[in-house]
Amino acid sequence: MKLSVWTYEGPPHIGAMRVATAMKGLHYVLHAPQGDTYADLLFTMIERRDHRPPVTYTTFQARDLGSDTAELFRRTCADAYERFQPEALIVGASCTAELIQDDPGGLATSMGLPVPVVPLELPSYQRKESWGASETFYRLVRALAQPCERTEVPSCNILGPTALGFRHRDDLAEIERLLGRLGIAVNVVAPMGASPTDLTRLGAAHFNVVLYPETAETAARHMERALGQPRTRTIPIGTGATRAFVEEVAELAGVDPAPGLDESALRQPWWSSSVDSTYLTGKRVFVFGDATHALAAARVASEEMGFDVVGLGAYNREFARDVRAAAAGYGLDALITDDYLDVEAAIAEAQPEMILGTQMERHIGKRLGIPCAVISAPVHVQDFPARHSPQMGFEGANVLFDTWVHPLVMGLEEHLLAMFREDFEFNDQAGPSHLAHAVSAEKSLPPDPGAGRADALAGEGGSMPAEAAPEPLAWTTDAEQELKKIPFFVRGKARRNTEAYASARGLIPITVETLYDAKAHFAR
Amino acid sequence: MNEHAPLEPAPLEPIGCQNAPVLRERGQHEVFCGLTGIVWLHRKIQDAFFLVVGSRTCAHLLQSAAGVMIFAEPRFATAIMEEKDLAGMVDAHDELDREVGRLLERRPDIRMLFLVGSCPSEVIKLDLSRAAERLSSIHAPKVRVLNYSGSGIETTFTQGEDACLAALAPEMAYGEDKQLLVAGALPDVFEDQFARLFEALGVPVAFLPSRRSDELPSIGPNTSVLLAQPFLNETARCLAGRGAEILPSLYPFGEAGTTAWLRTGADVFGVDDERFEIVTAAPRARARASVAARRKRLEGKRITFLPDSQLELPLARFLTEECAMVPVEIGTPYLHRAHMAAELAALPAAVRLSEGQDVERQLDRLREDRPDLTVCGLGLANPLEAEGLATKWAIELVFSPIHGYEQAGDLAELFARPLERRSRLAGLRGKGPATPGIEPAAPGSGCRRTARACGGCP
Repeated sequence: MKLSVWTYEGPPHIGAMRVATAMKGLHYVLHAPQGDTYADLLFTMIERRDHRPPVTYTTFQARDLGSDTAELFRRTCADAYERFQPEALIVGASCTAELIQDDPGGLATSMGLPVPVVPLELPSYQRKESWGASETFYRLVRALAQPCERTEVPSCNILGPTALGFRHRDDLAEIERLLGRLGIAVNVVAPMGASPTDLTRLGAAHFNVVLYPETAETAARHMERALGQPRTRTIPIGTGATRAFVEEVAELAGVDPAPGLDESALRQPWWSSSVDSTYLTGKRVFVFGDATHALAAARVASEEMGFDVVGLGAYNREFARDVRAAAAGYGLDALITDDYLDVEAAIAEAQPEMILGTQMERHIGKRLGIPCAVISAPVHVQDFPARHSPQMGFEGANVLFDTWVHPLVMGLEEHLLAMFREDFEFNDQAGPSHLAHAVSAEKSLPPDPGAGRADALAGEGGSMPAEAAPEPLAWTTDAEQELKKIPFFVRGKARRNTEAYASARGLIPITVETLYDAKAHFAR
Repeated sequence: MNEHAPLEPAPLEPIGCQNAPVLRERGQHEVFCGLTGIVWLHRKIQDAFFLVVGSRTCAHLLQSAAGVMIFAEPRFATAIMEEKDLAGMVDAHDELDREVGRLLERRPDIRMLFLVGSCPSEVIKLDLSRAAERLSSIHAPKVRVLNYSGSGIETTFTQGEDACLAALAPEMAYGEDKQLLVAGALPDVFEDQFARLFEALGVPVAFLPSRRSDELPSIGPNTSVLLAQPFLNETARCLAGRGAEILPSLYPFGEAGTTAWLRTGADVFGVDDERFEIVTAAPRARARASVAARRKRLEGKRITFLPDSQLELPLARFLTEECAMVPVEIGTPYLHRAHMAAELAALPAAVRLSEGQDVERQLDRLREDRPDLTVCGLGLANPLEAEGLATKWAIELVFSPIHGYEQAGDLAELFARPLERRSRLAGLRGKGPATPGIEPAAPGSGCRRTARACGGCP
């Protein structure tokens, strides 16, 4: 058993729903108890979909367990086929149905339905949402895609976009436009917008573009083996990666990359180089998300924004090796965890100036008073904007610049804050002037025990804050005043370091001299 | 209670649907399970923690049902069972003891812990009552450990609160004082409003659940119970088992419901009409005025409730009596006739009642009825809006302040607002896709059957 407060990923059948909901003409019959229908609202509320997900739930109850739940599944399956007339069915069990072992796959395939039935085995007590999406897509491709004649013109499939993905809709539009400029035809986009019939013609493409390895890599590997289609490795997030992606697809397609490298609408490199952006230099950012987006964000932060990456991690273990390798390149140990409290403790410890994370890190940021830009699923309703807002391609690079800079205090304003720290209405607790709602870090923190919690958690075993807290060390009034002039995001660390330095040497009370001695000591 | 009926003109239709036939359906239920109640219960009892013993699905539900994540660290969590718990490689009880130990160490402020059963824990027959007993003895006297089931195979949505409060009943001390006990988790602000009203009436009142676990009210043969929520069937049974008398009444929604409910409580304590009038006249007038301000937007509008919270019947009664709406179908997950007797008697005889759900058939009926407003769950709201049907999220009725006099206008407003919004935006909606990249929904598009077979398809 593992204690969980918030989860980054749902169970694997949610991943299957993300695939089914993205597609057309596919229906998912899910053996599940009453209550599992909550999953519909993820799509209709968070993503504002105007259709119900194409899922029928058997809705068994306690009284059914004594009788025949298998018959209930068969009846539900027959009714769903009759009502929705899909081109293909996927069938499976949610966590509870897995325990009653009715074998939905076996039941459904023996019913003699006139359409393909693809059974899904998604072990709920071992695996999670991304894996479920990947496995579902792979099973569909394996069941439906056939070797077929290649198109005459150079063409590719675009693999990976699903329902509830972070900016998948806009990334797809951006990449289709880019491929169009290169003269590469798009054969099938899947899962998003594809029907089961479309999947049968996947083999006609010359190669596959893998946009989201979390959902599409397994299927793409299979197609590489079974259909002889090479696949892309570059994820086109950021200016550099988009340029590399253009070269990669041009080479796979045997076309001239030049039209794809038209950068007339790319502003990010100049926005980042212009003098106003100097203040971004060395901003300390903590990056956490799914592996693909976290890796891309760290690269863009470091190479295209001039930030310092002070933390890097991912919640999906499937790609942990890549994240560990990248983190080592920044001189960091990667944080591979799906425990929200661990992430919160790591961020509190690193004291970054900004977080690039998921909706969970946005909450951590609110608690700790650190600005946050969202770069990865899981996301909430406000991360499905009405406007076109891709992460990928050259327009995606522009979007990254804007959205990452927005939460920060702007250049000269930052200097003024530093110079006139004691101005009663213009101080570092005021927050960025263009964000009226951004309340101060320290004022917004809840009173104890909440505020002390992250620190208490950082200590191994999570001992009680009241017992663990040592006697507060005495500071002279002058030293306290001086401490307040240190920027808030490093103030906690400065206080701890100074107190450690002072108590080791018996320099109590702490004076201004001690503060600067400690600063010099730890700076070495 | 007729003398306390509202002073509105009586509807023309015959009243009283006690004997109306009830359409009972089995099929896909588009409802939450009982775990969802934790989202509000954990805020109500301030030193209690709710530990779901379940799967990743349970954790994901709690996080999604809350709509947004709760800013403060919530007083709930899920002990997620893993393969090794199920395969018998480890003893699930040992695992649970360890996780509870860690939890209580980290949260020394917790005085009451609920172990909440889920579908998977029920199916593998993990005995949480035994676990609660054992853990209580380990952590006594600091922490009391109780258990109840919020599983979807046994409970629907608000039945989770019912199961939780029922688990509290045996914990209440025995007492012989004559008192009124109000059962149901009410927001603190209304609890205070009701407390003031009963105090002014001279009625000694206590509330279940209490805000702190060590302040549970006493109970005994001189306790009279008023249910503040219509879904507390098991709680009522347990309180009756402790010797208390359950007072049947209308539920305190709207001016009439609140007046009848207060009167029921006051009668037990012999409050005379004059005193009752003095205490309630002003808030009654305020309630009537604030409902009247919304009435013109609701009058004559047809409304259907899909089954959700068991609040459907009392709310339909309020909307019919005080807002002149016309109920078309009232679906409820479960119909307890005894606890709903007064409500049924106040509803029009012609209304269609349904219990349980087959969501596809119910949506077929809905598309045929095309009411002006449909009260439904979050999974259905946007798809129905895209079909041109105005909706009201049922869950908001559980999460929002709607009881009593001072909230009667807000309650009417919850139903008026979606209609108001549609009329304001009447010129806006074109033919573009509501979800870009997806073709716009046609009426009845959830259904690919022929027009003949599906009443909703044009």
